[in-house]
Amino acid sequence: MPIPDLEVQYTKIFINNEWHESSSGGKMPVLNPASGDVLCEVEEGSPEDVDKAVRSARAAFQLGSPWRRMDASDRGELLSRLADLVERDRLLLATLEALDSGKLFLMAYFVDLVATIKTLRYFGGWADKIQGRTIPVDGDYFTYTRHEPIGVCGQIIPWNFPVMMFAWKIAPALCCGNTVVIKPAQQTPLTALHMAALIKEAGFPPGVVNVVPGYGPTVGNAIAQHMDIDKVAFTGSTAVGKLIQKAAGDSNLKRVTLELGGKNPIIVFADCNLEYAVQQAHSGLFFNQGQCCLAGSRVFVEEPIYEEFVRRSVEKARAKILGNPLVPGVDQGPQIDQQQFDKILELIESGRKEGATLECGGAPWGQRGLFIQPTVFSDVTDGMRIAKEEIFGPVQQIMRFRGVHEVVQRANSSQYGLAAGVFTSDMDKALTVSSALQAGMVWVNCYNAMSTQCPFGGFKMSGNGRELGEYALNEYTEVKAVTIKISQKNS
Amino acid sequence: MTSSKIEIPGEVKTDAAALMASLQLMPSPVPNPEIKYTKLFINNEWQDSVSGKVFPVYNPASGEQICEVQEAEKADVDKAVQAARLAFSLGSVWRKMDASERGRLLSKLADLVERDSAYLATVESMDSGKPFLPTLFVDLQGTMKTLRYFAGYADKIHGTTIPMDGEYLSFTRHEPIGVCGQIIPWNFPLMMTAWKLGPALACGNTVVIKPAEQTPLTCLYLGALIKEAGFPPGVVNILPGFGPTAGAAMASHMGIDKVAFTGSTEVGKLIQEAAGKSNLKRVTLELGGKNPNIIFADADLDLAVEQAHQGVFFNAGQCCTAGSRIYIEEPIYDEFVRRSVERAKRRVVGSPFDPTTEQGPQISKEQQSRILEFIQSGISEGAKLECGGKALGLKGFFIEPTVFSNVRDDMVIAREEIFGPVQQLMKFKTIEEVIERANNSDYGLVAAVFTNDINKAMTISTAMQAGTVWINCFNALSTQCPFGGYKMSGNGRELGEHGLMEYSEVKTITMKVVSKNS
Repeated sequence: MPIPDLEVQYTKIFINNEWHESSSGGKMPVLNPASGDVLCEVEEGSPEDVDKAVRSARAAFQLGSPWRRMDASDRGELLSRLADLVERDRLLLATLEALDSGKLFLMAYFVDLVATIKTLRYFGGWADKIQGRTIPVDGDYFTYTRHEPIGVCGQIIPWNFPVMMFAWKIAPALCCGNTVVIKPAQQTPLTALHMAALIKEAGFPPGVVNVVPGYGPTVGNAIAQHMDIDKVAFTGSTAVGKLIQKAAGDSNLKRVTLELGGKNPIIVFADCNLEYAVQQAHSGLFFNQGQCCLAGSRVFVEEPIYEEFVRRSVEKARAKILGNPLVPGVDQGPQIDQQQFDKILELIESGRKEGATLECGGAPWGQRGLFIQPTVFSDVTDGMRIAKEEIFGPVQQIMRFRGVHEVVQRANSSQYGLAAGVFTSDMDKALTVSSALQAGMVWVNCYNAMSTQCPFGGFKMSGNGRELGEYALNEYTEVKAVTIKISQKNS
Repeated sequence: MTSSKIEIPGEVKTDAAALMASLQLMPSPVPNPEIKYTKLFINNEWQDSVSGKVFPVYNPASGEQICEVQEAEKADVDKAVQAARLAFSLGSVWRKMDASERGRLLSKLADLVERDSAYLATVESMDSGKPFLPTLFVDLQGTMKTLRYFAGYADKIHGTTIPMDGEYLSFTRHEPIGVCGQIIPWNFPLMMTAWKLGPALACGNTVVIKPAEQTPLTCLYLGALIKEAGFPPGVVNILPGFGPTAGAAMASHMGIDKVAFTGSTEVGKLIQEAAGKSNLKRVTLELGGKNPNIIFADADLDLAVEQAHQGVFFNAGQCCTAGSRIYIEEPIYDEFVRRSVERAKRRVVGSPFDPTTEQGPQISKEQQSRILEFIQSGISEGAKLECGGKALGLKGFFIEPTVFSNVRDDMVIAREEIFGPVQQLMKFKTIEEVIERANNSDYGLVAAVFTNDINKAMTISTAMQAGTVWINCFNALSTQCPFGGYKMSGNGRELGEHGLMEYSEVKTITMKVVSKNS
């Protein structure tokens, strides 16, 4: 059960293991999207606060600092201890997350918090296994590589999985020995700030992690432009991702990794397990109120089963129960804010106008808060806005296809390329289609099946670089080759 | 896990007030520890041996019996293997478990070891004669770190997908081997248990482990912690017993897929023969050493003397890594001998529970006698006995720290592993000469070189036929680094990423695809 009458403890900027007020004196209201009420105010970071945080992170990264001199295994131990503290405060964090983001409390408790803990533990385990190589070079030399930390990493995270995204970002960064300046989304700063308190409690040295809540155009931009930040990692919209990459090139050529949007195809062949495919496609779209970069928002269904698929999908959508995310039995919470809410309704309107069939939903729900009815469109064609643009809401598009080549081509004709799903019993179709799809993650007979051990990231404009798994380590290390002259080489 | 970290500096030892002050901060042993577990551990249950036989366990500091423990023989090995095989079957709890969850169990085991570390160090000290504080700071730390290291690896054991020729999708799975028999020695009982269990369990195997008959107690206690941590029954089975019976039964068992042994080279050869004769089980061996420690004239002399001292005397000389052949460059030879003798004379031999003790007893009467014989051979072959050379005390199996100088390479004390507190000092002139002499051994476990010259360091480390080479340090071991021997010091590597390879079996799966694209 969620904690009743939860008091928000941490509302300031976290720099050098201390709580600071904003340099500009500004404050940001934090809203509960289920009610529209203000939960609290949080100190609003400014570019000057970013400078302070970067100075602190840079100092913590100096050669000879406690963080640099620490055994790698001890870095791993700190991450493990942090995971233990998150586990201790799991109920509190899940409640806070549900209040702040509108996501279902049970989802926050059983999905977000579990993934957070597992991610911290996973990378805790990697810390002392980040190995360079010794290399048989030509000539009388001895050569080895060191996989060093990059330095000060700026990290900008979104509002759809606030605490989980926090873990996804800091875990590999810290595991590799970097120091971090992280900006949670302005809509959802609260769990990030609680994590900061746990980071201090776990024993991370001051300056290793700094948390600066604020807005994109001010704090986010200051990070992307900063001359003393060595790498920026961003998860958010493709539009902002482009700005970040430009700013990096414009400033100091900092390394950039991006996790951006998706318009992910789910391809359902006639030989699939139909009920299972319907269910997976449904949760693949509607999970988290449709607010997932992975949302399966283009469902291609093979002609023979198309009608039945639509019928069953609509039935599932109609059965969803909307309401207070803290109450068990509720299936769908509110959208995150007014801006998103308006955008989703606008896209729904475009679907109507452009001739898709509105099967169910299509309008707001409830007296208070930013709820939208689960919406299903059928007879969607590839040229429609709802088939091309990322909606980030509870709106499912179902289209029909005839042949394998056709559907692969249609699935791939998108600037996005994050994920894809294929439902079929036929081994050849499964292997052929999964090889052909331009997507960083392809799911066969499942969807949203993710785990910390598997790399995650996009093709094309869905981003670059990979998070999670061993691959994440590459994004947070800088390789140095050291070559020593020796008097006589022997193999 | 360096042996020299826990030495109480000379100045502190001589100043009573400073000593008391520093000792106040040191942890203490558990008084009168209860020995709870003296039976066989099979399927998460404590069982008597099939034969009903028991054997005595002694305290080598006093020679007195601590308790009796159930003795496993072939029939018990059969039972344990059956339990381990069942726990390994497809569809079992252990086989279906997420890899990350296997890691969680190892982590939990490490936490439990930490919780009970004072008790474990006390029992280990009592059972093996190792001084209490080094046991706590080296053995217990090494145990926990090893368990935690491999806990972290469990869900990072990757196969690969492979761009093979032809219309195929090919990938590898790194599967567990199966039932692993593990036989461990008495010199670091608990830590050796962790070195064996860590990688085996991380990779998903099930295990039948036999602690040394001299030191079964901490391994048995670990059985209780394994059960408490939540490992499914049959995953780890512990059989206290003797080499010629239980050990031999494991080496020739048709139902054991791999045997891992740490002990003498002599027994290692028997194990490998038995494996070949039975079912060709995979074999890894960590055997003896007669390890060279090469000191150049430009070395930091104080550092080299102290490291060479600890390198041979640590754990009363009972280390496979003992630096038992010290080659000193001519110009500094006399001074080095003088300082080494002075240091050896200062070495405090006493009760393992006295916090000022540096050296406890040898493990048994047999070992003590054997070492004394080696010392006699040194004297009779003409080496110069600089200090020590005799047994010490009326009770227990103590030997004085002993130093020989003017040792020639052909002497028995220069060729055979003594496994006691006996240091051999020899002289060399050139780098080519010392390389040849250092490598002139059937062993090849570790080597060390002390010098400030980068060229000498690189040349020696490349030339040594040894699995680990230390530069300006000794016994610097850590879970992240692979450890194992060249030549007859063994085969295979433990610890580090390499440790995983010894406990996985690689399966390549190749699927026909309709049309391949890169």
